[in-house]
Amino acid sequence: MRHVIGVLVENEFGVLSRISGLFSGRGFNIESLSVAETDDPRLSHMTIVTRGDDQIIEQITKQLNKLVNVLKVVDFTETDHVSRGMMLVKIAAEGAKRVELLSIVEVFRARVIDLSPRAMIVEVTGTDSKLHAFLETAVSFGIKDISRTGMVAMTRDGAPKARAGAQVRAA
Amino acid sequence: MKKSGAQIVLQSLQIEGVKAVFGYPGGAVINLYDEMPHHQFTHYLVRHEQAAVHAADGYARATGEVGVALVTSGPGATNTVTGLATAYMDSIPLVVFTGQVPTGLIGNDAFQEADIVGITRQCTKHNFLVKDVCDLARIIKEAFHIARTGRPGPVLVDLPKDVLVATTTFEYPETVQLRGYNPTYEGHPGQIRRAVKILLKAKRPLFYVGGGAILDDAAAPLTALATRLRVPVTTTLMGLGAFPEDDDLSLGMLGMHGTYRANMAVTESDVMVAIGARFDDRVTGRIDEFAPGAKIIHIDIDPTSISKNVKVDIPIVGGVRDTLEKILVQVEELSDEAAEFAAGHDDWLARIAKWRELHKLAYIQDDVIKPQYVIERICEMTRGRDPIISTEVGQNQMWAAQFFQFTRPRTWLSSGGLGTMGYGFPAAIGAQVAFPDRLVFDIAGDGSIQMNIQELATAVQYNLPVKVIILNNGYLGMVRQWQELFFRKHYSSTEMAVAPDFVKLAEAYGAIGLRATHPREVVPVLEQVLAADRPVFADFVIAREENVYPMVPAGEPISNMLLV
Ligand SMILES: Cc1ncc(C[n+]2csc(CCOP(=O)(O)OP(=O)(O)O)c2C)c(N)n1
Ligand SMILES: [Mg+2]
Repeated sequence: MRHVIGVLVENEFGVLSRISGLFSGRGFNIESLSVAETDDPRLSHMTIVTRGDDQIIEQITKQLNKLVNVLKVVDFTETDHVSRGMMLVKIAAEGAKRVELLSIVEVFRARVIDLSPRAMIVEVTGTDSKLHAFLETAVSFGIKDISRTGMVAMTRDGAPKARAGAQVRAA
Repeated sequence: MKKSGAQIVLQSLQIEGVKAVFGYPGGAVINLYDEMPHHQFTHYLVRHEQAAVHAADGYARATGEVGVALVTSGPGATNTVTGLATAYMDSIPLVVFTGQVPTGLIGNDAFQEADIVGITRQCTKHNFLVKDVCDLARIIKEAFHIARTGRPGPVLVDLPKDVLVATTTFEYPETVQLRGYNPTYEGHPGQIRRAVKILLKAKRPLFYVGGGAILDDAAAPLTALATRLRVPVTTTLMGLGAFPEDDDLSLGMLGMHGTYRANMAVTESDVMVAIGARFDDRVTGRIDEFAPGAKIIHIDIDPTSISKNVKVDIPIVGGVRDTLEKILVQVEELSDEAAEFAAGHDDWLARIAKWRELHKLAYIQDDVIKPQYVIERICEMTRGRDPIISTEVGQNQMWAAQFFQFTRPRTWLSSGGLGTMGYGFPAAIGAQVAFPDRLVFDIAGDGSIQMNIQELATAVQYNLPVKVIILNNGYLGMVRQWQELFFRKHYSSTEMAVAPDFVKLAEAYGAIGLRATHPREVVPVLEQVLAADRPVFADFVIAREENVYPMVPAGEPISNMLLV
């Protein structure tokens, strides 16, 4: 099953490599990963999208917790949460095709952020499945380029607290 | 007064109570070496950096303290990788200091630069690159703290040359603040209660004890609990010494080369308490047939060890010693139930006794020396003298594990997780440094000993009378055994066609060289070994194709044993 995991880490030299090394070294898969500093510049927040059965996800959260630079691990999947990713897509669109494409952009509540005689760049924000659906629709126009962020996630206010990745702190 | 980075490192070591540092100098750490004579620990100059780490590791296993090694940048640092990985797999507390090129040159492919922090990220518990001399004391404090607490492990501290030269005011912090690091020492009381309840209902109980019991100094509560409840105990390779093997409740080692009774007891147990053990594949064999009928209670300080390989019924995350002590208290409180339980599984113990008689560890001593015979004689001749036994890897290691009777913790030093040939000799050197007056043996194979044989010079230089027992079969014996059993006797690259004369070689280094070629020479040679006050190499020319039995073929259930 697909899990979205939030990790709060100390913003230190090499932390990203510790985390990606953990995943590659133990054969866990990373579907997407996004990192940025938090409002406290000493900390960074990562969102990792991964897949695995319960046992693997349990190992992933425990192993993450075990890293000295990791302060908190949250598995969003088990709680009421929102998640979003963003992507820029350059799509071929000439003449009449343009109008057609614009109406699709509208349906997906995406935005055109650049226009040239032969192509448009569209910005799409949304859940993974929405981004996916947009691509499926746009593909017939001819996709020239894609640049995509990892997912970011947050629990809804008032939702029962996300289960901390592992109840116990690592040794 | 301001101090240089080099002075800060050395003073910090002193404050940490370090008595021995195993190291090898070079350009990047020359400033450290320059300051060294002014400090109160002894530096042991090894002959290869891998050996420095193994020696620190042997020191740590024998004492329970943090072992310390110091090497230069580049090749010095990369030579430590095998030592770190060995210590990491077996959870041994080490702090290894490496030199590094000046911070301004990092990333420039400077002379003797290696990204050792990057290289060792996956084989250390944690590692640090010190970028500012002002962080140095704090990082060293954290390094020692991380190495020795929780599930212990090696920590590497990389020291750029300019940081060693720069100065600052020195103040060694009293406490550590690591927000992301809080090991759980106390097992959950509810879980402990549940575990006791299940245990006291068992009809075929078993303790399966790993290295965690040694690391957490839990031999005393373990022995008390097992004896009080009459629960039989099997240990892993790493757990040898946690429970006295001369006790009737001891089943010896389990797993691939475990005893018949241990593997059978596992297979038939109804409640198994895993104590500081991690269900390694060499222990479990085919995992879905490991303890198939047992409820499993698992005590471990590392939550990632729990339910990693097998599903556990009652996990208890906590220190092994603390948890066992708490279980003991509860058992005292439930004394009626406990007494009833202890008296209620006579038939189980009788069954185990029968297994013991059915297939003992055995060998036939004919007119060639059998390695098992050598180990048994060493065990007998050193009884009551509290010897320390380190080993290399291969058949020699398994024979030592099987035929030496371990009765005390921290007397067995062996590379279990990584299986590092070349570990035993430097580890024995480290243990002898810690305990100059004890008997320290390295049970070696003719292949393994050649992987760190240069340390003879270290042993001679520091007058460390380590006793190296070479079980010389002229083969990479364990691999040959697999080839014999599973590859049609195709002995591909396992015969050591050329080998040194170990007697002459020892003498060339100024050590004592001895040899036995006939069974009747074994005891006299061992007498000379015991009498020696210098390092000894004793070359026992053994039966070339002797195998280690019992053996469970890899991937089979552990009840499928090839017996003698
Ligand atoms: C560094 C290293 N390389 C290779 C191996 C694989 N290996 C395991 S046992 C063994 C043979 C060891 O030979 P020897 O030291 O003579 O011991 P014996 O089995 O003959 O007692 C080998 C090559 C290893 N464990 N470690
Ligand atoms: Mg050999």
